[in-house]
Order: sequence, then C-alpha cells, then structure tokens
Amino acid sequence: MTATYDCIATTTLSTTTSTVTFSSISSSFTDLLLVFSGTSTSSFTFLIARFNNDTGTNYSYTLLQGDGSSASSTRGSNTASPYVGLVNTGTGAVGVYKLQVMNYANTTTYKTLITNGGIASNRVQAGVMLWRSTAAINRIDLFPDGGDSFASGSTFSLYGIKAE
Amino acid sequence: MTPILGIWASQNYPRVTTSFESIATVSVGSGGAADITFSSIPGTYTHLQIRGIARSNESGNSADSLRMIFNSDTNANYSRHRLYGYDSVVYAGAGANTTYIQCLDYPYSGATANAFGAGIIDILDYANTNKYKTIRSLAGDEMNAAVSSALSFYSGSWRNTSAISTIKITTGSGSFAQYSHFALYGIKGA
Repeated sequence: MTATYDCIATTTLSTTTSTVTFSSISSSFTDLLLVFSGTSTSSFTFLIARFNNDTGTNYSYTLLQGDGSSASSTRGSNTASPYVGLVNTGTGAVGVYKLQVMNYANTTTYKTLITNGGIASNRVQAGVMLWRSTAAINRIDLFPDGGDSFASGSTFSLYGIKAE
Repeated sequence: MTPILGIWASQNYPRVTTSFESIATVSVGSGGAADITFSSIPGTYTHLQIRGIARSNESGNSADSLRMIFNSDTNANYSRHRLYGYDSVVYAGAGANTTYIQCLDYPYSGATANAFGAGIIDILDYANTNKYKTIRSLAGDEMNAAVSSALSFYSGSWRNTSAISTIKITTGSGSFAQYSHFALYGIKGA
C-alpha cells in the first residue's frame, strides 16, 4: 500500500548553517509539510522561506501573532524575503513551526504556504505566504533574516502528503 | 545476538503506515462547481482532515469564508468562532445557532490572478456517537499588494451526536472556480 504521509528528507544540523535547502523535491505528492525545530546563532529574527531559488520580489505574506499581552497582524507585499516564523537564540527559545505548502506541484496556480508555530518564551504565530509563480516547487530554502544562521542541533523534516 | 526471525522482520523491513489515509479527492474542472461534497464517509477512522485550495467565480476582488455542513443538516445547529489577521488588523468573530460552520478563506474572481485561498480543516472524533462534533481550521488567502488578505483560525461545532457521513462545502456566493481542489483524509487511532 502506498504511504499517504511520507517522510521525504530530514536533517539535524551538526554545525551552524546559514540556509537549509531541500532540493530535487519529487512532484508525486499533493502537499508538503516542513517541520522545523531550532534556534538561531545570534539574534531574535524572522524565519524566511523561498521556493525554487527565486530571489525576486515575488512573495507576500500575512502573519498573525500573540506575544502574551496583545495580538497583532503583519503584512508584507512584493518582497523577496517572506516571513513564515521566528527564530531566537538559546536552548530556552526553541522555535517550532509547521510549514504547509499546498498543491505545490500543480502548474496552474500560484503557491500558498500556511505556517503555524512559535517560540514559547516569545510568541505564537500563524501565517499565510504567497509565491506568485505557477511553477511546481522543487526546492525550498529556509533561513533566518538579517544574515543570521541556524544553530547546531536544529532539525528540519520534509514530508509529502498524497491525495489519491 | 542475532535477532530471531520475527524481531528481525520488524526491525529491518520498512513498514507502510496506514494511520493517515487518503479517502477522496475533488478537483474542480473548467465548468466550476456549486459545491464540494464528500459522501459515504466510512466510520472506521478516528479523525478526518480536509486539505484544500479554493477560489470563487464570484465577481469582484473581495474574499469570503467557505461554509461547511454535515449530513445535509441545514438547520441552525452550528456555532463558530474566528480569530483572524486581516491585513494589519486583528479581528475576532463568532456566530451561535447558525446554519453552517466557516472553514477556509477564499478570494473572488477579481482578486490576484492564479491566487487561491488554502487551508487545513480537522474534524475531530467525527464518528463518535456520544459527542457533538468539533472542527478546527487554519486557513488563509494571501493576495499581495492592493488586495486584502487574511489568515484565520476557525473553530466550529455541530450540535449532533450522529457520526458524520457527509460533508458539504459551499462558497458564500458564486461557485468554486476551476483548479479548486479538496482532499479528504482519514486518521486512525491506535
């Protein structure tokens, strides 16, 4: 029987890493789920995702968050750096996020990513990101904003979900 | 120590899990669709999950929330809550004794071309005949620049202890546009 929910790749960083890349992603699934658990090396900053190595201003996002005393919504348009979460430094500030890329392999629609997660010591978040391209996604890059890096021990797992 | 055959088999051969299974998929064709219906849903799972993208044929560049009903119940047996970020403002909404649950944000036909709303809808303990039914959903439609966008948390309740065997999803107005796509999955307990 074909697995509907399959682990495509997983990695645990053994050294600080500026960008984590999943490439040559098979188009045989319907949705992708990227699970991240980790920290940055030097700052409290945003988590950025890009598809197919597109560094153009072809992204936009809406991010809803609560920090324990207030809720806020942030929006970014025509950006090359769409925010999909947060990272922070220290073992007590682990960021945990699920990034769900819906219908990633179709070649007729723009691609939408739904994210949710947070850092327990900072805030909880959920967001939606749009990549204005009809290309099938075969690569995902994840990196902290501002030139920061992921710390050693951060984990990244990519799953495929297949509709029959 | 060399494992005995039974232990060797379980340790060294990959097992295909069937805890998360695809039940049915609906892809909207060129003619559009008035609704998305999953029927004859087996009661053999513990939870259901619907994963989908949607766009409407309704004119204009606005957006709305998809509506969901169970077992063809169109009476005021539902209630709902929504927490959402709409552009740079946070809103909350609720409805009691309503005739449907809201579950996923979607744009009208005049919104950013090729952009669809998307969401993941969980229907928990759907086959349990001792409980009212609860759904939760995380959804959003991001349209870039001048067109408004939203990210939403939804919760909903159907005040009925019947096992869910039919799920019908409709737009608030207009019909589903081509390439709207919904997949129903079943999640088994241990």
